[in-house]
Amino acid sequence: MSYFIARRLAGFLLTLWAVSVVVFAVMNVLPGDPALTILGIDSTEEARAALRARLGLDQPVVLRYLDWVAGALRGDFGTSFSFGVPVSGLIGERLPLTFSLALSGMVVTVILALVLGITAAARHGRPGDWGIMLLSQMGIAIPAFWLSMLLVLLFAVRLRWLPPGGFPGWGDPIAALRSLVLPTAALALVQSAVLARVTRSAALEVMRLDFVRTARASGFGSRHVLWRHVLPNALVPIVTIVGLQFAGLVTGTIVIENVFYLPGLGRLLFQSIANRDLITVQALVMLFATLVVTANFLVDIAYVIIDPRLRGARG
Amino acid sequence: MRERRLSPNLIIGAVLVALVCGVALLSVVWTPHPYAVIDVGGKFAPASAEHWLGTDQLGRDLVSQLMVAAGNSMMVALLAVGVGCVLGTAFGLLAAARGGWTEEAIMRVSDLGFAFPALLFAIMLAAAYGPSLSVVVVAIAFINIPIFARVSRAAANQVWHREYVYAARAAGMGRFAISRDHILPNIAAPVIVQATIEFAVSILTEAALSYLGLGAQPPAPSWGRMLSEAQTLMYLAPQLAIWPGLCIFTAVLGFGLLGDGLRDMTDPRLIRERRA
Repeated sequence: MSYFIARRLAGFLLTLWAVSVVVFAVMNVLPGDPALTILGIDSTEEARAALRARLGLDQPVVLRYLDWVAGALRGDFGTSFSFGVPVSGLIGERLPLTFSLALSGMVVTVILALVLGITAAARHGRPGDWGIMLLSQMGIAIPAFWLSMLLVLLFAVRLRWLPPGGFPGWGDPIAALRSLVLPTAALALVQSAVLARVTRSAALEVMRLDFVRTARASGFGSRHVLWRHVLPNALVPIVTIVGLQFAGLVTGTIVIENVFYLPGLGRLLFQSIANRDLITVQALVMLFATLVVTANFLVDIAYVIIDPRLRGARG
Repeated sequence: MRERRLSPNLIIGAVLVALVCGVALLSVVWTPHPYAVIDVGGKFAPASAEHWLGTDQLGRDLVSQLMVAAGNSMMVALLAVGVGCVLGTAFGLLAAARGGWTEEAIMRVSDLGFAFPALLFAIMLAAAYGPSLSVVVVAIAFINIPIFARVSRAAANQVWHREYVYAARAAGMGRFAISRDHILPNIAAPVIVQATIEFAVSILTEAALSYLGLGAQPPAPSWGRMLSEAQTLMYLAPQLAIWPGLCIFTAVLGFGLLGDGLRDMTDPRLIRERRA
């Protein structure tokens, strides 16, 4: 067990290191002169040289990389070029909103997907199953940003029940939550489409097994059997997809924040791109990639907790 | 005993794909109106015999724009998935043929690709190189390489254990020749299925990036960019927010269903199940 986790941990750290090299290389080595990118072609050579010195660009690349990593490990991502404040401060300011959106999106996704998937499995081959699968097929094909626009058209423009976008701040919790309803719905509806299908097929697989028949024969109600016997045994593929979908959740959050003008990390990323603030972009891309890699690592660990049989097999 | 009934998924998917590709091809030679002609006097025109779906905020014909956008979207997907598929499959074949540390190295490097969702990778490239459709193509192609490497290696490893491959090796055939003549034709099915699905993903990714302003640049029409322009006009002209989204939906649904249908048809495990 501990050998298994140690191996996974080593792989996780190695991946993080490789990701940091890729991010740094793309943002620093390939694109020519960042000072020119930031200041534009009208800038004078002196201004560019001064900026290069300020950004530490006159030092060797390897040294700059080590500097960046050492800083990042201490939580210091440098100073944002466009905002003039530490990047870590910017991230800290906007993290709660992104975190709330991602978390609520994830929770609603899982609840929706489990209910739909198990319901479909229980009605296997009947109209209920067919309808849920049709909905899920549509949910997979619909772009999250378009679904967001349709939700805004219906609930904000037509019915005027919810705000079309923006964020009033946490000072007014009711208004803050109201402004998160549509973004959460858009995120969860798209994400749960895939997960509902996986839940359904995983549940169907388990429902064929003998112990389910035994449970039924022992007189347990069908709902009890579904949620207490079938679901726990169908969790491995479900957790796998939840983990894989975390990447979708991260990119989904980036897109959705921009659709609804929510001042979170995704919005910050795009503002930074527009401002040519490469330092902030680099920190944010690294942060998002780290989240994805961490999620994959946690899924690997979660397998072992859900299914102890995998401990030997995967070590 | 031919029990390979075509699934409804496959048929609906094929029809939708044929429709989208047909429109995309047609847009190269013909559109109802030149797509970029601005007619400010005729802006926000409703659907009519002349403008089948009306006009946008600059009086441009919506149908013509949607058609050209279909062409752009297909072109991006074709290039990105094509490059990703060819390179990825080549790496997958190499990994399966060589085994040992070559295989290990290729698979570990491709694990790295899974740390970057395509959208995040494209955002990073766009930030460094400036937004354009070529950046979108490169980003999607890059992200597709590990996906195809993984699929083709898994499939190729199975084929390497078949009797006819042992026979070919015993007959003195080299690893490269075996990969080309025996492995590749036999892993084509899963690779094609994957390519169809990645086509759908690529259309979605391109649309999202163009919506965010990192893909197609004006005046090149793109479904995603048309939606981002429509968003600011949502109170004024809600119809503009409908059609481009419906196009994306149709194209993605078509390729998705086609991919599912092809997989059901070619996956031996599923075929056996159906016969049982």
